[in-house]
Formats: sequence, structure tokens, C-alpha cells
Amino acid sequence: MADVTDTTAIATSTTRRRKRIKWETVGDHVVLILGALLMLVPVYMVFATSSHDAITVHREGLQFLFGDQFSENYNAALFEYGGFTDSVNGITMLTNSLILGLGFAIGKIIVGMMAAYAIVYFRLKFATFAFWIIFTTLLLPLEVRILPSYEVIQSMGLANTYTGLIVPLIASATATFFFRQFFRSVPEELIEAARIDGAGPFKFFIDILVPLSRTMIAAMFIIMFVFGWNQYLWPTLITTDESLFTLVRGIRQIIQAYADGSTTPEYGEAAALAIIAMVPPVLIVIFFQNWFVKGLTESDK
Amino acid sequence: MAKVTLDRVRKVYPNGFEALYPCSFDIPDGELIVLVGPSGCGKSTLLRMIAGLEEITEGELSIGDRVVNDIDPANRNIAMVFQNYALYPHMTVANNMGYGLRNRGLPKSEIAAKVREAGEMLNLTELLDRRPSQLSGGQRQRVAMGRAIVRSPDLFLFDEPLSNLDAKLRNQMRVEIRALQRRLKTTSVYVTHDQVEAMTMADRIIVLNAGRIEQMGSPAEIYGAPASTFVASFMGAPPMNLLKGTVNGSGVLLDGGPTITRAAPVGHTGPVTVGIRPEDIELSDDGDLPFDVDIVEELGANRLMHGHLGGQPFSVSVNKDMHAATGQIKLALKPAAVHFFDTEEGRRL
Ligand SMILES: Nc1ncnc2c1ncn2[C@@H]1O[C@H](COP(=O)(O)OP(=O)(O)OP(=O)(O)O)[C@@H](O)[C@H]1O
Ligand SMILES: [Mg+2]
Repeated sequence: MADVTDTTAIATSTTRRRKRIKWETVGDHVVLILGALLMLVPVYMVFATSSHDAITVHREGLQFLFGDQFSENYNAALFEYGGFTDSVNGITMLTNSLILGLGFAIGKIIVGMMAAYAIVYFRLKFATFAFWIIFTTLLLPLEVRILPSYEVIQSMGLANTYTGLIVPLIASATATFFFRQFFRSVPEELIEAARIDGAGPFKFFIDILVPLSRTMIAAMFIIMFVFGWNQYLWPTLITTDESLFTLVRGIRQIIQAYADGSTTPEYGEAAALAIIAMVPPVLIVIFFQNWFVKGLTESDK
Repeated sequence: MAKVTLDRVRKVYPNGFEALYPCSFDIPDGELIVLVGPSGCGKSTLLRMIAGLEEITEGELSIGDRVVNDIDPANRNIAMVFQNYALYPHMTVANNMGYGLRNRGLPKSEIAAKVREAGEMLNLTELLDRRPSQLSGGQRQRVAMGRAIVRSPDLFLFDEPLSNLDAKLRNQMRVEIRALQRRLKTTSVYVTHDQVEAMTMADRIIVLNAGRIEQMGSPAEIYGAPASTFVASFMGAPPMNLLKGTVNGSGVLLDGGPTITRAAPVGHTGPVTVGIRPEDIELSDDGDLPFDVDIVEELGANRLMHGHLGGQPFSVSVNKDMHAATGQIKLALKPAAVHFFDTEEGRRL
């Protein structure tokens, strides 16, 4: 009987404790909420601004409330032909960005996986050395080699082509590095079992390694897609043909009008384009997010 | 099915470590041979050379009539069961078992039939669509066995296949594997460091020690006539008692005490090591060996008494009906139960 009373006492005290406000928790939440707002408010403002006409934005700056130009702006952003040659609209740019992002992500994954495969599984004389060479290129940003790359692409006649846009950026130290780490964690016994099962190098790669790496591939895909999607400098350099413009460049093109001084830049339209440019990467992340987290944290081997 | 022949096979690792000194032996068709020895003695090295996963430094290995030194693992027509199962985590049980056949280009229907047959043999029928992560340890082990048998290989290779299972399951799987091997009559090499597994499963046992074959023989031979003090102390639980002594006429004077009468090595004088299995000793009031019992271990079916015989550590195993208590008791020895070893080289005399 005494026991029962005791338990009740403990239970009540727990409830009482739970009701008390923990200031620590409140503090944590305030910081988190502030952080979230810091990230979200600018996006919201761009979204709100994208529903106003250019004059309002020009006169009053960024908007907090929604205006009435929503469909006009998005219509214009997506379907109105612009640029000097009137040959490019939002849809074209969206397509170009998608091609660049996908080409980038897929290309980098394929090249990275194959490089890592060679380094990890074949007895190459200078495998480790080669790996560290590849690894050091991580430290060199694209900008360092952008002029020689331009020269090469130009002289090969690949300027203003998708190939010229994508191929020079495909070699990826990051992907090679991650895949190498992953392949090294695949148990030796599995490789030996596959050897006894008669899987040659090609079959082992396709039948075993690629399926095992699928979470890793998803993680790489997201990172590389966003990276490719946001490329600005290289596309600016290598494409002069407006029909190859990407979204990121297109936004800039609209603001550029301001520098020309002739007209008020289409701020609303630019904001709409910025929102459109954000959507695909966000969708990709949402779609792959489960795999992404798995790929970075867990290994189901 | 095939006979396996090793002719002075030797292994030196690239770093210069000699993991296996030249060794030769035959495995007759259909026999299950167990490689046993302490950790690091070269069991896996030897097995992996037979599998083709490790290069043979010197010597000749034949499976059937073929010398296979330079033949790829896939073309040796062998199957291997690994310690950690090594199942492909992304494939179903059926695909795991059929993968090797698929690589050989067998038609789908034939693969499915063989997988089904192996699944039935191993009680895996309901699990064929599962993935390895959805199976228990014992089931995974069965799948690994299934993967080995669907290929109808000439030779099974096992590398400590049961060491990840709990004691009960290990006993059960041990019997199953043995029964399966008997039924299929496939030549097998089984690596273990567990001497119970070795004794119960083997047609013949090879005891390895530091890269050398210490003894080869049937379980009864290994147990009954160990070729060295190493084998004597490694095979058998509890291990054989080894006592130091000196030959004295028709008996042996043990260091620090009593004499064993009526038993002496033929044609040997001077120091000698005497080996006596704990279970070969009788308690007898007329015995001539005083044994000081320090501890009694209760094992259920029998009792183990640990203590000293003339200052040297000694153990005796007695039947559960026998009275066992600490203090001094008398032991009697049958001359046939006494083994003699060379003290310096450890060789059997
Ligand atoms: N790749 C290697 N290079 C150099 N030495 C090696 C290599 N692999 C194994 N060895 C050595 O060879 C010896 C035998 O190894 P092996 O794996 O055959 O032992 P084992 O008998 O299987 O032991 P365990 O029971 O622990 O599995 C060990 O001393 C080990 O250190
Ligand atoms: Mg081993």
C-alpha cells in the first residue's frame, strides 16, 4: 500500500515539474525561431515583391504584402520573349538550367564513381598519389582555371553548346572523394564472395557497387544538382547565344536593363524569376531528402 | 566432386611474412577436412589460397585433375561460406543464391528451379523474397549455405562459418552442415578455431601451428595419440595435463614429487614430458599419486577438480556420481593412458 502512495506522489510531482516553464527551452526556441525567420523572411519578401509592378517596387522598395500583379509577372517571366534578340523566355532558361543541373549532377556522379572505383579496387601503381592529386584540386576553385578552360573550349569550337557548358565542369574531386570513402567501407568479404560468384570488374560495379551506393548517389545528386544549377561565371563566359541562357543569368539580364538607363527594370518580373529559379532545387531536395540523410549518415551494409 | 591435392604449397606475404611453410596433403573425394589451430596460425591463409583469393607463393594446388594455381576463383568451381555471411545486402535471398548461376549464363527457369530446390533443402522457402537485413543470424548463415550449394561445386570452403552464432544455434548448425555435406558428398575444407567443432565434424583434422602442420589425422587419432604437446594441449577440453619429469628405470619421477610406475617411454632417458588426459584418471584409495584438490568445478555431466600433483598444476575430470571435494585424494593411472613427449621439441615419444 505504501508503495502505491509513493508512486502517486512521484507521478504528481512529475506533472507539476512538467508544467513549470523551462526558461532554457524557451531560450532555445527563441534562437531557433529567429534563425528560421532570418532565413525565411527574405525569401518571403521576394515572393511578395514578385506580385507587384515594377513602378511600385522602384518607388517603395521590397514589399511585405502581396500586390495584384501576380499572374502578369509570372506570365511575363515565363513566357515573354526578351533579351537583345528576343529569342529567350523563362521556359527556355528553365530548360537550360535543368539541362545544366542534370548534366552536371549525372556527369559528376558517373565520373566520380568511376575514378573512385579505379582508385580503390585496382592495383594501380600510383593510385594513392593520383587520389591525393585529385583531392588537392578540391582546394582550387573553378575561377583559378577559368581562363585556360575557356581557351580550350573555345578552340575546340564548343562555345555556345551544352557540351561546352557542362563537360569542363564535370571532373569532380568532391564526388571522387566521397565515393572513395564509401567504397573503402564495403566489406572485403563481399568483394570476395562476388569474385567467387564469377562477377568480373564490370559486373561487380554494376550489380553490386552501384546498388550499394544508391544513397550515396542520391546525396551526391542533390549537392551537385544545386551546384550546377547555381553556376554563374562559367555559363556567362562560355555562352553568348541567348538561347543558351540559364535562369540565374536571366535574372541578371533583367536587372541589367537598369544600367542601360532607358527603362525601369522589371523588378517584379525579376523577383518572379528568382522564385521560379528556387523551385526546382527545393523540389529535388524534398524528393531526395530521405535518401540524402541516409547517404550522409548511415550505411546499410 | 573432386579430390584436392596440395604439393609443397607455401605462402609468403608481400611484406615478407611467411604465413605458411611448405605443406603437402591430399583431401580424398567427398571428405570433410577441418583446419584447426590458434588465431593467426594461417588457417584462413591456406583456405583462401585454395579458393584462389590469395596467390600461392610456391608449390602446386590441384582440384580434381586440374592444377589451379593460376585459375580464377570463379573458374575453380568452388563455393565459399564466409564468417560474416557476405550476402549481397540489396538482393533478395533468391537473387543472392542465384547470382553466381546468373553470371554463368544459366537460363532463368533453371536458376529458379535450383534456387527453389536449395531453399527447400535448407528450410528457406518462405524467406526467398526477403532481404538479408530481414533475416536472423542463423537464417543468413543458411542463405550463405544455400548460395554455396546451388552451384553444385566440386569443393566447399568454410571460414569459421559459425563463429557469429550463439552457442545453441552453433550446435544446431554444426549438425546441419555436417548432415548436408554427407548427403551431397561434396569435398569440403572447414576452418575453425573451435576444437569441439573440429572433433565433431571432421573426417580428418589438420592441426596448424604458426604456419606449420602439427598433425593430420582422424579425430580419434588426434585425440588418442597427439603428435606433440601443442596438439595435446590444444585438442580436448579440458586440455591434457602436461607434467615435467625424468625417466627412472621403468617409471617416471615427476619434478617435485611422486613417481609414475609401470610406464616409461621406450628407449628414452633423461627429461620427459608426461601427458595425461583429465578424463583418463581414476580416483582410488589404493592409488599411488597424491593429488591436492584446490577447486571443484561443477559442469553438470561431470566435475572438474583442479589442484596440484607434486607441485605441478593438474586437473582431473570425474563422473557426476563420484564424490568430489577439496583436499588430498589418491589417483590411480592406467599405463595406457599415459603419453610421453620430448621435453625440448614437444614431439611424441
Ligand atoms: N595480407 C597480409 N600481409 C601480411 N601478413 C598477413 C596478411 N594476412 C594475414 N597475415 C598474417 O598471416 C598470419 C596468418 O593469418 P590468417 O588470417 O591465415 O590466420 P588465421 O589462422 O585465419 O587466424 P584467425 O583464427 O584469427 O582467423 C597472421 O599472423 C597474419 O598476421
Ligand atoms: Mg581466419
